[in-house]
Amino acid sequence: MSDHEHEHHEELSFWRKYVFSTDHKVIGIQYTITALIFLFFGFTLMMLMRWQLAFPGKALPIIGALFGPDRMPGGIMLPEFYNQLGAMHGTIMVFMGVVPLAVGGFGNFVVPLQIGAPDMTFPRLNMLSYWCYFVGGVIMFASFFVPGGAAQSGWTSYPPLSDIATQGQTWWLCGMMALIFSSLLGAINFITTIIQLRAPGLSFFRFPFFVWAQFVTSFLLLLAFPPLQAASFFQLMDRIFGTSFFMPEGLVISGELSAATGGGSPILWQHLFWFLAHPEVYVLILPALGIVAEVIANNTRRPIWGYKSMVYSLIFLGFMSFIVWAHHMFLTGMGSSMSAFFQTTTMIISIPSVIILTALILSLWGGSIRFTTPMLFALAFLPMFGIGGLTGLPLGLASTDIHLHDTYYVIGHFHYVVAPGTLFAMFAGIYYWYPKATGRKMSDFLGKLHFWPSLIFMNGIFMPMMIQGLAGMQRRLYDGGEIYAHTQTALHWHKVISISAWGLALAQIPFIINFFMSLRNPKTAGDNPWHSTTLEWAAPSPPPHGNFTELPTVYRAAYEYSHPDHDEDYLPQFQADRQAKPAAATT
Amino acid sequence: MSMAIPYTVEPRPDTGLNNVKIGIWLFLASEVMLFGGLFAGYIILRVGSTDWLPGSHFGLSVPLAFTNTLVLITSSVTMVMAWASLIRKDFSKYRLYMGITVLCGLGFMVIKYIEYTSKFSHGYYPSTHIFLALYFTLTGLHGIHVIAGMSYNAYLWGPGAKMWETAPEQFTNRVEASGLFWHFVDLVWIFLFPVLYLL
Amino acid sequence: MSHHDIDIDKTVRTYMLVFGALIIGTILTVAASYLHLPPGPGIALALLIACAKGSLVVLFFMHLIDEKKFIYWLMGLAVVFFAFELFVPLLTELDNINLGS
Repeated sequence: MSDHEHEHHEELSFWRKYVFSTDHKVIGIQYTITALIFLFFGFTLMMLMRWQLAFPGKALPIIGALFGPDRMPGGIMLPEFYNQLGAMHGTIMVFMGVVPLAVGGFGNFVVPLQIGAPDMTFPRLNMLSYWCYFVGGVIMFASFFVPGGAAQSGWTSYPPLSDIATQGQTWWLCGMMALIFSSLLGAINFITTIIQLRAPGLSFFRFPFFVWAQFVTSFLLLLAFPPLQAASFFQLMDRIFGTSFFMPEGLVISGELSAATGGGSPILWQHLFWFLAHPEVYVLILPALGIVAEVIANNTRRPIWGYKSMVYSLIFLGFMSFIVWAHHMFLTGMGSSMSAFFQTTTMIISIPSVIILTALILSLWGGSIRFTTPMLFALAFLPMFGIGGLTGLPLGLASTDIHLHDTYYVIGHFHYVVAPGTLFAMFAGIYYWYPKATGRKMSDFLGKLHFWPSLIFMNGIFMPMMIQGLAGMQRRLYDGGEIYAHTQTALHWHKVISISAWGLALAQIPFIINFFMSLRNPKTAGDNPWHSTTLEWAAPSPPPHGNFTELPTVYRAAYEYSHPDHDEDYLPQFQADRQAKPAAATT
Repeated sequence: MSMAIPYTVEPRPDTGLNNVKIGIWLFLASEVMLFGGLFAGYIILRVGSTDWLPGSHFGLSVPLAFTNTLVLITSSVTMVMAWASLIRKDFSKYRLYMGITVLCGLGFMVIKYIEYTSKFSHGYYPSTHIFLALYFTLTGLHGIHVIAGMSYNAYLWGPGAKMWETAPEQFTNRVEASGLFWHFVDLVWIFLFPVLYLL
Repeated sequence: MSHHDIDIDKTVRTYMLVFGALIIGTILTVAASYLHLPPGPGIALALLIACAKGSLVVLFFMHLIDEKKFIYWLMGLAVVFFAFELFVPLLTELDNINLGS
């Protein structure tokens, strides 16, 4: 970057530099911060629900009165409000928390750096993508304050309930459209960037695994989201113009025959919804696997075991994720031949997941492991994701699913994948790339104070849910199942779960302190504080506009750690001479 | 900007494609899936409905839709001719062909408007019957695509055409990308026409 | 398609041929509907003509016939998933709906 251009860059106004920026790093940080806020918000909704489940019908002390008489009269939660909290917790966590953090945040910040690109291919589309996400988030948040409150039909918005729900559902659909549009723009940008802007020498099989993960994820977003867009149009038509796409004929609502004409199909929504939402699960997990691979390679100081088989597994996983969706629908009465088909594909898709997980575990073998904070989160990810994955198998088989469907077991399974799974990987990523984004390392002590309680409380929340689910306790019950005889033996676990959830909130305090205080850390981290091999560490920390001081060239595969012919225990991709000391790259 | 983004105009040697070309095709792939969802809805509802009625029952006009098909096909041809004129460096021909393309899009929407109002005047609304629900939703979404494509083409015909002076190669790429979208809209209509009007 | 290596006159002649074929195809579509075939063959014929017309548009107007490898992979993928999206939901419903009526 010449001095003249540097001055020109300095002239950007505050608004163009930090708010309406087209720089992928600023957009990535915007995504990260917004998504973290939404994650915390969605978590708060759930903590409120946990009060009602642990102490059904009891007034919530002190803050209960703040919610007003149409939500919590006298501090006692109304069923309608409980439903809003449940539906919006799921929606916010999935569509406005984890996906924007994993793809919009980490993807935007890291991918162009890791492939040696100056920016994304379409910087203005990138900005538009963030602002669509922002608008979608505002619409979703605002829906809490419309008459009747926010959407109440679960994050899956199943009709016919969602068709006849209050106004909040329409807001949900509009918010969803904005979020889908945002993902679509992002996906187009990622794929084009990865294909077109690779640095010289960076062939596909020299990609860091994280880049591969984002590449496949983008295809899932690109091709799986539009069917939900179509379904959302149908549902909007139902709600606004009185059509009956999802309203079956002869439906009786509150004792009156509905005016549905011609016979719609609620199952149609389920098909279109899960056509998105199953690949969506892999959108949640693949970037996490990518981050864990980066952190594990870096902290074991050895190459990832079975890199190629991991990449092929990833591609196969992405493809298969499009043809397993109806395992969410075994109870809709689909034909037995089709349910056999979906059971088979579901069992098949577990194979590549297991290959990737096994390769990551084998990568630990014989490594000289550094137990840094990101590594702790990455290590915890492995068994947590393992539990999440394995508990999914009984749900993928129709006969066992009949018992477990719609119970707390499903909640436990899914959250093991996404909370101590994906979210732990996200934390690993934040601790790992924070020095690149800010030029400062986060405190290791506070990081460990964040990690250990989080690990304990996460299991305190989700393991009891498995027990409750096996006992047959249904999810989405306002009283937590108090009135049912068969759930009595598992009711006391609600208190354990709720206390763990509130404990988990406390465990995030060190993280929040660490996140902000580390900005003021007087010690700078340098370009390559973790002694890593991938391209993002060739750029200055934080990278300037345009990223690299000179365009990097790639000479080798992504994880050349502890190379026998090399003095140092790492050999960066961007370093030409094998024998030279990598001192120049580390400053 | 310290480093310009490469391959915005010239193709990257190993992929043989420029960024815009990849971007627009990716977008079209997602559009395939969007209309896939809509057609999947059509199939399930048609096969599953207990009292399905065809378009002719609601007096959908085949001559009007036939005309509209010809209008869109013509606009697709003028669109490629507009692009071909730019390759031949004949800007005034480009203006002419692009102008016709935009007018054809407009004509399509006018005919659509006549069809819609005639349905409304007979008391046929989306809520009247599941067929009409599908008819209005599918043609409505297609109509939104027509308007979007037409607007961008109008921009390329008018103020956007200044780029021909400064960056002719890039402008030609834009016209080609816009054309790809426009042909896709035409393609969707080629299927919508028999599905809604004839079957 | 790169702009330098195309024979534009030949390309334009192709466009005109495709234009003619599309008009004939449209007329055939309408004509076929006057045959009043039973629903099965009627739908098959109409979709066959539509597919033929669509292929012409995609291959020649959208230049897919001499496009690069990545675009083929991408659209191939989209078409496969499109087929799943279109027909698999229907297959799951086969026990519940009566195709004969």
